[in-house]
Amino acid sequence: MSDPTKIGLTREEMAQRVALDIPDGSYVNLGIGIPELIARYVPEGREFIYHTENGLIGMGPSPAEGEGDPELINAGKRQVTAIPGAAYFHHADSFTMIRGGHIDLCVLGALQVAQSGDLANWSTGKPGAIPAVGGAMDLVAGVKNIWVITQHCTKTGEPKLVEACTYPLTGVGVVTRVYTELCVLDITDEGFQLVELSPGVSFEHVQEKTGAKVLPIAAPVEK
Amino acid sequence: MIDKQIASAAEAVADVFDGATVMIGGFGEAGSPIELIHALIDQGSKDLTVVNNNTGSGEVGLAALIKAERVAKMICSYPRTQNSTVFPELYASGKTKLELVPQGTLAERIRAGGAGIPAFYTATSVGTPLGEGKEVRHFGDRDYVLEHGLTADFTLIKAKAGDRYGNLIFNMTARNFAPIMATAGKVTIAQVATIVDAGELDPEVIVTPGVFVNRLVHEPNPQYESKLVAAGVSYP
Repeated sequence: MSDPTKIGLTREEMAQRVALDIPDGSYVNLGIGIPELIARYVPEGREFIYHTENGLIGMGPSPAEGEGDPELINAGKRQVTAIPGAAYFHHADSFTMIRGGHIDLCVLGALQVAQSGDLANWSTGKPGAIPAVGGAMDLVAGVKNIWVITQHCTKTGEPKLVEACTYPLTGVGVVTRVYTELCVLDITDEGFQLVELSPGVSFEHVQEKTGAKVLPIAAPVEK
Repeated sequence: MIDKQIASAAEAVADVFDGATVMIGGFGEAGSPIELIHALIDQGSKDLTVVNNNTGSGEVGLAALIKAERVAKMICSYPRTQNSTVFPELYASGKTKLELVPQGTLAERIRAGGAGIPAFYTATSVGTPLGEGKEVRHFGDRDYVLEHGLTADFTLIKAKAGDRYGNLIFNMTARNFAPIMATAGKVTIAQVATIVDAGELDPEVIVTPGVFVNRLVHEPNPQYESKLVAAGVSYP
């Protein structure tokens, strides 16, 4: 059920929208949270291979209730399955795949994305909080394409897409594309470039909810 | 004749000394050598520096070792768990220190340490708080930070099967850090669910050759953190 007070896509529709842009045959690492939903929406006729950094390539869906194994898990420590043709490997090999540029795409959540492509997604920098980074910094440093899927604003309405991140960075200039419930944006040398608006969403609304300048889709050249 | 089998987990960890660096395999509960960790708790050594991706869950295994205030410092990538307050409390009180390392850098530091490589450059963490204060060098069109190899006095890991030479195979994603930690420990101790005769493991599929393993302990029915936590068990 969609909430009539919200505009734009649901989380599921956002995940489905991302899946449409993933080329057939891609090796993909999905972050924890909304990114995990993407695996449900592989478009007809395409095959993606999922990598999880704790040592499995060819990750399948969650097991049926009671059929999982505590030693077959994903990076979020949830039980998963392995597809026919999957492979297990140790951590150094796993991050050889990541750091060595062998994974085509990583889709991550974000706390903030800057117009330069800087990403903050591991810490709010709050004093006393225990910092925990996991594999996020390695993924953004090594995977060929880093896409972000996130709500456009925080729960309290603060923009997550900003001129410069105020939270501690995960990586500098790493994000190439952002998917939100409102729109799809590319990170370009000029900043956030609108690629697509969700149904019923205006450019002005996107600009209002974004903490940095958004470049509109260029009008077709008239002849 | 070479036979690396040790009769019990207690004997296998008997010589761990105060102040030792101990690598412990596992990613969450997958691959956690819980019987060896419990033997280490019983054994009593303190001021340990422990290398593990996480900080355990509930009050069993690694979390129990931390709770017993035996760990002076954790080197890990993700010290938060949903169901454990053990590490957060000791960290907040300053009793346990934390060296936070990105997961892939942690893996490579262990791999390098085991391979006799003292340091290496990686792009991971450049321009972030975790890269601050580290030597930066420019190669090609990118900056890289210098990271140091990691070794340990002891490594504790869990495997699916092993033979008297210490050759090991693992179980699915329980493999994770174990093969590289085996290379980086001066004394590597493996608990295995099954001991087989030499020659039974196909040389083509052995993951950790026995040269990296010093001691083998047979634990035919290893326990799982999640099951112990669900049952409300705390160790000891």
